[in-house]
Amino acid sequence: MVELLEQSLSWLPGNAVILTVIIVKILVIVLPLMGAVAYLTLAERKVIGYIQVRIGPNRVGPRGLLQPIADAVKLLMKETILPSNANRFLFLLGPVLALAPALAAWAVIPFDEGWVLADVNAGLLYILAMTSMGVYGVIIAGWASNSKYAFLGALRSAAQIVSYEIAMGFAIVGVLLAGGSLNIGEIVTAQQGSFIHWFWLPLLPLFFIYFISGVAETNRAPFDVAEGESEIVAGFHVEYSAMTFSVFFLAEYANMILVAMLAALMFLGGWLSPFEGIPGLETLFSWVPGIVWLLAKCAFFCFLYLWFRATFPRYRYDQIMRLGWKVFIPITIVWLMVVGGLVVAEAGPWFD
Amino acid sequence: MGIDVIIFYFFAAVLVFAAGMVVTVRNPVFAALFLVLAFFTSAAIWMLLEAEFLALTLILVYVGAVMVLFLFVVMMLDINLAVLKEGFARYLPAGIVVALLLIAQLAVIVGPEQFGLDKIASPAMHGTEYSNTKELGRVLYTEYLYPFEIASAILLVAIIAAIALTLRKRRVRDLMPPEKQVAVQRKDRVRLVKMESEKKKA
Amino acid sequence: MIEIPDFVPAIPELFILSMACIVLIADLYISDERRVITYLLSLATLVIAALLTINLHDTETVYTFSGTFIKDPMSDVLKLFVYLVSAVVFIYARGYLIERNLFKGEFYTLGLFGVLGMMIMISAHNFLSIYLGLELLSLSLYAMVALQRDSIHASEAAMKYFVLGAIASGLLLYGMSLLFGVTGTLDIKEFADALASKNLTGASQNGISQNGISQNIVLILGTVMVISGMAFKLGAVPFHMWVPDIYHGAPTAVTLYISSAPKIAAFAMIMRLLVDGLGGLHAQWQDILILMAILSMGIGNIIAIAQANIKRMLAYSTISHVGFIMLGILSGSKVGYSAAMFYAIVYAIMSAGGFGMVLLMSRAGFEADKLDDFKGLNERSSWYAFMMLILMFSMAGVPPTIGFYAKLSVIQSVVKADLVWLAVVAVIFSIIGAFYYLRIIKLMYFDKAEENAQITSTPDMRFILSLNSLAVLALGIFPANLMAICNAAISSLVLI
Repeated sequence: MVELLEQSLSWLPGNAVILTVIIVKILVIVLPLMGAVAYLTLAERKVIGYIQVRIGPNRVGPRGLLQPIADAVKLLMKETILPSNANRFLFLLGPVLALAPALAAWAVIPFDEGWVLADVNAGLLYILAMTSMGVYGVIIAGWASNSKYAFLGALRSAAQIVSYEIAMGFAIVGVLLAGGSLNIGEIVTAQQGSFIHWFWLPLLPLFFIYFISGVAETNRAPFDVAEGESEIVAGFHVEYSAMTFSVFFLAEYANMILVAMLAALMFLGGWLSPFEGIPGLETLFSWVPGIVWLLAKCAFFCFLYLWFRATFPRYRYDQIMRLGWKVFIPITIVWLMVVGGLVVAEAGPWFD
Repeated sequence: MGIDVIIFYFFAAVLVFAAGMVVTVRNPVFAALFLVLAFFTSAAIWMLLEAEFLALTLILVYVGAVMVLFLFVVMMLDINLAVLKEGFARYLPAGIVVALLLIAQLAVIVGPEQFGLDKIASPAMHGTEYSNTKELGRVLYTEYLYPFEIASAILLVAIIAAIALTLRKRRVRDLMPPEKQVAVQRKDRVRLVKMESEKKKA
Repeated sequence: MIEIPDFVPAIPELFILSMACIVLIADLYISDERRVITYLLSLATLVIAALLTINLHDTETVYTFSGTFIKDPMSDVLKLFVYLVSAVVFIYARGYLIERNLFKGEFYTLGLFGVLGMMIMISAHNFLSIYLGLELLSLSLYAMVALQRDSIHASEAAMKYFVLGAIASGLLLYGMSLLFGVTGTLDIKEFADALASKNLTGASQNGISQNGISQNIVLILGTVMVISGMAFKLGAVPFHMWVPDIYHGAPTAVTLYISSAPKIAAFAMIMRLLVDGLGGLHAQWQDILILMAILSMGIGNIIAIAQANIKRMLAYSTISHVGFIMLGILSGSKVGYSAAMFYAIVYAIMSAGGFGMVLLMSRAGFEADKLDDFKGLNERSSWYAFMMLILMFSMAGVPPTIGFYAKLSVIQSVVKADLVWLAVVAVIFSIIGAFYYLRIIKLMYFDKAEENAQITSTPDMRFILSLNSLAVLALGIFPANLMAICNAAISSLVLI
């Protein structure tokens, strides 16, 4: 497909062709992502609705399927309010800084063998670096709003994200050790074999810690103290309205999907079929393209997000800190030693 | 002029601008944010030098963690800039003279005459197979193992020092142990005092 | 294939590191009443490390960890004295720390890490390991100074020490990076070889072909920067301003630690950097060292006279002694180096005794850091007055104490290097310096006591302090053994 595009653009100068191809690839990733974000919000309301034994949105379109579009139109039409004593420039920069890293991180995510925008060596590191920048959106928004609640939300979020980033980073180091590469494509290939070969088994504690930290990193329930609507109204985005608010929303959901996607890629074998290595079933399902498996796994993690939100009460702030520093970080360090030992011992079936 | 040269000059210009703003801007929060920009652009320049591990770690550690905590503190502290900037104008001429002298000295000593490209060739570019991360790891754990381990000891000392200097034991709560409460006798709590009745003043 | 480095030469370092971690963790589970366990554990660590070092002692020079680590007779001897002096410091400090509620595990953990830093400096054979050892030591010292966190003086001293120390580290690192730029190596041996063969990278080929390495401006600037950084850490004039403030502000137990063993490590650092590494530039750095030595001896000895606080006075005395150590090094001969080594060791022992006396006199709520506090000590305790007399005589360089031989050997080496005028200057300044040491003796023996409180301290401290002072006297009467050890250590040094 890429070749086809390049041929049809051959009348352009060389650099322009490359640029166009890249932009087309970006659009191919970002547009479906935005669609996924929109429908994740619908899924959230529906899932939580059913968990609470009610139906959820069902008025706009068939079974409420057009609800996200109606929401988007509403947010677009509303007035963007700039608080009078807010720092205008930073107030508007905040949402941008939240969204940009959330989208930039997708550059190195492979969707199937070779289906990746930028196949870089240090892919995992790049994702860590990009997601670590996301916190600036929250901090700047909280500070620039010139509001107590927003500021409290920003401070809570800063401390929380920095704390959980360490645990998350260590969990990813475990994956790096197991996969022997920072390139996400190679990490997936290293899990080939069967679902027993996937890294969720040898890295089980890291797998849990990664996903829980991911929930904390995205400020989702039960770690949503940065918003904490019952305590600090809506936290860092209390002063935001209309499009500026929806950009935060987009960033949050894009990050959620990113974390889910990474969990699928790093621990559940990415695009590899779960029936691989099982005689009979393997051939039966061999026609299914890899991306379907990947999206299914990703959808499972997205569902977990919603499930958590409907189930758990919010953590208290000091409990969050204790969990991050005193539980997760020690466990990850110990488990890194274990993984290192397994890799050196070439323990099968993962590392032989 | 290749595209990488354009990219380099772009990032270099942003870097110099951001670094300048860090020291001149009035609001400390803005200064910290410009420092973030400076880190980010220098990471981009490192990327051009094929040092992707260093570039990404710079962003991850300094931008993603250190500067966040820094901003945290700067935002919480109500820094009185008027006091900090006091004497700025008075010391400015002396500062400029010293800075110019330093720049002149540096230009003589580490300028192109001593370290120009004709003296020290630029390092060869590597192919796509080259992994900066792997190379760094190999050198750190073999050739520079000893310094690397000492560095870890230094960080440990820093942790000990930070904790020893800041951790204060929590005030013990004033709860009465239940067993003592149960064992209390009347005489422990009630004291009868005989007093002369006071005379009212007229 | 990955080569496993030879860990055997570094066993004492590894031992101290593991024990420091063990002490750190063990201390968590020890209640305040039994804190003495931490103290005993730290002392045992030093003793066992000493046994290990003695056991591994060998006249051969061994390199390991890709040449970043060196073990030679000099390193063994210096390490042994570091253990000895540090153990003495730990013993002296105990009573003082208990009285001031500072008797916590951190003092000993940080102390052990400081010892590790000194050992790394002593055994460094690479600019990186020298720098990192120095940082490990300095960081431990900054924290120890600040340990008394409710004292304004200690906090101020720690802040000053930290900021100035960071600047000094910056200078040192900048100098090292320039030197690296010139030769393309951080290894000390390779660096010296590069200087000797004038095989320098780009930077200076022009300079070399025209005028030889002495005209290489980058090399010279790098050397100057390195020397400035080192002088800062040593406290040599003109980089001495921090010394009195920090000595004065820090808790006396910490001052004792800063002023003693680190001087031995600093000597090793100078040997590795200037003599081993930059030996080819001896003519250049000799002039810088001469100037710094004269200024240090002069300013140290003269300003000390005006001090009323004994900690400040001893700080200025440190500055002057650093000047004397530099005399030995700048003479550029093996005789000079061993004289400087002798001096550094002797100074560490004397300084431990001197501050030990201040600790002995102090008690809860009373620092005993004024000169007047020593008035009439003879009436209160003639034995300790006598101990102080020995220590002061030794610092002043009065025979037959060891301080006399230290000064004598350093001055001899300067004379041998045809710098007779410098020797005369040194003698004049040491005579000036004798005044303020003798003043203390006058206060102790001829003035009336203002204080009459009983001198109380732990029995181990009283015993070791007496031993310390008597050792200063005994070594003064029989200096030959220590001198022979220093000579042997230096003569086996591999110089280029």
